[in-house]
This record gives sequence, C-alpha cells and structure tokens, in this order.
Amino acid sequence: MAGWAIAVHGGAGVDPNLPPQRQEEAKQLLTHCLNLGISALRSGASAVDVVELVVRQLETDPIFNSGRGSALTAKGTVEMEASIMDGTKRRCGAVSGVSTVKNPVSLARLVMEKSPHSYLAFAGAEEFARQQGVEVVDNEYFITPDNVGMLKLAKEANTIMFDYRIPTEKCAGLESPVKMNGLPISVYAPETVGCVVVDSEGRCAAATSTGGLMNKMSGRIGDSPLIGAGTYACEVCGVSCTGEGEAIIRGTLAREVAAVMEYKDLGLQEAVDFVIKHRLDEGFAGLIAVSNKGEVAYGFNCNGMFRGCATENGFMEVGIWE
Amino acid sequence: MGWAIALHGGAGDIPYSLPPERRQPREEALRHCLQIGIKALNSKFTPLDVVELVVRELENIPHFNAGRGSVLTNKGTVEMEASIMDGKTMKCGAVSGLTTVVNAVSLARLVMENTPHIYLAFDGAEDFARQQGVETVDSSHFITPENIERLNQAKDANRVQIDYTQPIQNDTKNETEPPFANGDSQIGTVGCVAVDSNGNLASATSTGGLVNKMVGRIGDTPVIGAGTYANEFCAVSATGKGEAIIRGTVARDVAALMEFKGLSLKEAANIVVQERTPKGTVGLVAVSAAGEIAMPYNTTGMFRACATEDGYSEVAIWPDTKIE
Repeated sequence: MAGWAIAVHGGAGVDPNLPPQRQEEAKQLLTHCLNLGISALRSGASAVDVVELVVRQLETDPIFNSGRGSALTAKGTVEMEASIMDGTKRRCGAVSGVSTVKNPVSLARLVMEKSPHSYLAFAGAEEFARQQGVEVVDNEYFITPDNVGMLKLAKEANTIMFDYRIPTEKCAGLESPVKMNGLPISVYAPETVGCVVVDSEGRCAAATSTGGLMNKMSGRIGDSPLIGAGTYACEVCGVSCTGEGEAIIRGTLAREVAAVMEYKDLGLQEAVDFVIKHRLDEGFAGLIAVSNKGEVAYGFNCNGMFRGCATENGFMEVGIWE
Repeated sequence: MGWAIALHGGAGDIPYSLPPERRQPREEALRHCLQIGIKALNSKFTPLDVVELVVRELENIPHFNAGRGSVLTNKGTVEMEASIMDGKTMKCGAVSGLTTVVNAVSLARLVMENTPHIYLAFDGAEDFARQQGVETVDSSHFITPENIERLNQAKDANRVQIDYTQPIQNDTKNETEPPFANGDSQIGTVGCVAVDSNGNLASATSTGGLVNKMVGRIGDTPVIGAGTYANEFCAVSATGKGEAIIRGTVARDVAALMEFKGLSLKEAANIVVQERTPKGTVGLVAVSAAGEIAMPYNTTGMFRACATEDGYSEVAIWPDTKIE
C-alpha cells in the first residue's frame, strides 16, 4: 500500500511583482495548512476529513480568496462557493451564493452527507445552514479593507478582477506584462483555495473554496462548486483547480485529469501535464492532484501558483513560481 | 453526411400502462418539436440556434418538466435551470434558480454571449434577465395543477421524486434506490442536441428539477459536463436523477470515451448509461460529428425523438416500440 499524499493551493496566477513580504506570508500559511493535514493523516484521518480540515483553515485565514478575505461582488458583498468530493463512492457536495456561513466547505460537506441533494445555492443554502446549525456571521466578517480597495480599483477600471492582494499604492501602473483574462495580473490575481489528499487507505478526496471574481455580477457562479470543473475525485485521483473559472468549466478540467488516467492509462503527472497543455486553449489555470498510488502532482500554465505538497516518505515542498 | 438531431422530454419510470390521454399529448409534442428542429436544420440554422429553438418549444409545452410545467420545490415554487453549449467554440452558458423567466435556455444563451461569465443564478440571474429585456411573467404561469398534485403526493410520501403522479408504495427511505414504476406519467428534464452537415455540434438542456426539492437545490442540468456538453466529437444532453448525473459527469464522459478510447458514439453512450451510472437513474440523447445518433437510457423509458437529413425520423418512449 502506498503512503498518503497531500497538496494544497492558494490560487494560480501570481503577480511577478508581489512584494516579498506577501510571498512569505502566503508560504507560511501554505506550510501551516500542509502541517495540519499531515498531522491529521498521521493520526489516520480519512482523505475527506483532511481536505475539509485544511480548506477550513484556508477559508478562515484572510490571506487567500475564500471565506474571510473573499473577493467582493459588484455590490460590495461576499458570495462564496465551495465543493467537496469523496473519491471512494464519488459522493459530492457543493454550495454557491453563501453569504453568512463561516466555512463554506463544511456546508458543502453537509449537503453531501445530510441532504438528499448534491448542490444547494443562495437562499436555499443559507436556510440549510441554519437548519444544520453551522456557524454563521454577518457578511461584513468576510470583507477585508484590502478587498474593498481592490473593488474600487476594479470598478474604476470597469473590469472583472479575480482577486488582488497587493496594497493599493502599488498598482497605480497597470503596465504589468503578465495578463490574465485579458488584463494585467497586478489587477487580476486569482486565489481560490483547495486541497487534495490520498490517505493511507488509498482513498482520494478533493475540496475547493472561493469568493470568486472581484467585481463579479451578483449570482455569478464559477468553477469551484462545479463537480468535474473545479473539483473532482474518484477511485484513482483527487483534483482541485484554480484560475480562470470560465476556462476551467469549458475544459471540465478536474474530471479531465481523471479521464485521461482512466481512459488513456496515463500516470498522474502525465495526466496533469496533458490537461494543462491541451485543455486550456487561451485560458490560464492551475491544479493540484493526488493519485491512489500515493503520488502528488501539480501544474499551471500561468505565472505562478501558490502551492504546497507532501508525501508520507518525507517529501515536502512549498512554492509560488515555476 | 447530413444533419442529425435528437431531443428528449425526460427519462424515468414511465410505466407501460401509461393511459393514452397521458401518452398522446407528449408524443404529439415530441413530434412537433422534432419538426421544428428539422425545419430549422433544413433552413441552415446553426446547431446552436436549433437546440435553443427546440428547447424553447419544449419549455413552453406544459407536459414536460421545464419552463411551463416545471415541477415544484418543497415550498410549492418553481426554480428553473438550463444550460447550452456550442461544440465548435466550446462556449457555454447556464442559469439556475429562475422564477419568472419564460425561457431559461435563452437566458443561458445570453449569459454565454453577453457576459464574461458562464453561469448566473437566482436573484443575479433574474436581474440579468430584466437588464436583457427577456420575457418574464408572474411565477404562477409555470405552475400546473398536475405539478401541484405531484408535490402533494411527494410530501405525503415524504420523498423527493423524479416526477411521480401516484403515491410511492415503497416504504424504503433509501433515496438512492430507484422508485417503483407506479405513476401515470413520468416527466423529466428536456433537451436537444444537433449537428449540421459540417460536423458542428451543440447541446441544450432545461428543467424544473426534482419534485419536492429543497429550495436552492441545483441539479445536473446547468452543470457543464454533467447534464450538457458539446465539443468537436459529440453533443450530449442528459436526463434523470441529477445527483447521479453530476457524480458521473455523464455528458462529458460520453465525449471523453470517444476521444480517449476511440469508441463510437453508440458504444460510448451505452457504456456511460449501462455501466457507469446506477440503473434507473439516467438517459441521454447524443449526436456525433459524423452524424450518428444515440439515445440510451437505463430507466423504464425516455420520451425521445430524432431525425437525420436522409429522411429518417423516430418518436419513442420505451424500447422496441417506435411510434413512427
């Protein structure tokens, strides 16, 4: 039996001018989350428990674009979405349009386990949250001053933003050579979070959570809650994606990794490379993946991806750039 | 090769004992919608236009679970969803949680063409509909007496159902078991797939969802890769139990099997329906770039129709008993 493996991400598409201090903060959070996951795995926790645990941590920390620290809609509010999938029986749960639930990934898990459905959204999801007694807070809790600033900029530029972590004083010039969604990366830094795990029993799971695009239309749903697009797990692997949501949906990216493994007999890294190379046309995205053989892999076709990975044999790596 | 088109009005436990007064209007409706699609293809409409046109028609017909005639949530309201995909460009659009928009599939197309997004839902989708000036009506327009009856029976049986009219006799609370075939009519999601003589493909699907569903429940229909998918290999529209279709990424899998294992459309569609999803949960219609058609289902029946440019056409509900 191969050992466990875990990977986390905090978004694909990173401004090359991201200040070193921000890079450090991000790497520290990724390391912390990896260690949380590793600790749980060593105690024999199941893959689905571990991905939920780790994504909860990423949602709680305001650094990335999920839970607290989520990007804002055009109305200045937060609408969060998340999904989780347990590879063993391909059970899944997803939520969208969540505005008061502290940990959307946990609500997604409850949809999977405590409702007859797979996906609940907006008022229906909020109502379910209350029935289930999950922790709820005011929408303001999720809004950070950084994001309020970014929304203002986005409106001025009258464009959609993925997310943006760089302080306002640095983005006066939008002449960054790196672009995503047709606009400078200094203004568009997607930071959806996710985690994939294969546990010591060889079970795979995946979870993804996000606040979505900065300045998005209220009601816009991206790839993160869509099973097969942003999240997927089956007997052979677990995958979580991040980047340009529309490109990930069109490319059914997460399912694609599993499909080429199942139908073309590719190994995990080959599958990840194939999908990143061939399934994104002009879109920018990244993903992390684990296989039931205890392997871990990641890939991205844009400028950097916040990620970390570790395997039972002691391998551990946290990175941002190529 | 010429064009090909296939459409469905839902897969499920459609009993063979379905009385003529429940069966005939649906057969007639399928025939009518097929004719609309055939005429459009002969007039050289693009497959994208054709699938939208046909699904609009299916939405307007109250006998099917989409648009008018949508099944009701556990609060007695209607929440409609739809998606559309253009296989040539891989562009797609989806909507959920609509309550006043007469044609959900057309709003999905507008999301695809007039926004930088793919998927809009609930209040945001309704706002967008008003901005776009699409036809909206009072929500009561969509509600039919049959569906009020279905909801009452579902509540009595305390179950979420894939559209039943009779009470469930089965005592089991196990949601994953397919319910007994004991309703008079089985109505489901609607959808259409089409390919033109150049191999361009498109797919669209629309639904009211599950009877007695929780408010806010989203099914497979608006999830690209689950209920709807189109690329350069094929176009697929699925129907049945949404949760199973999502988990099985049904529409995408048909195309993936063709692409990665070199299977034909029929082989790929059959594998997905017979081997990769639980019995009693799924049906689909699909066309390939080469003009083939496949309409497999693992339920008792599926309301369906198809035609090819060489003059072949078919309207059917169960296996082996074509109506024409």
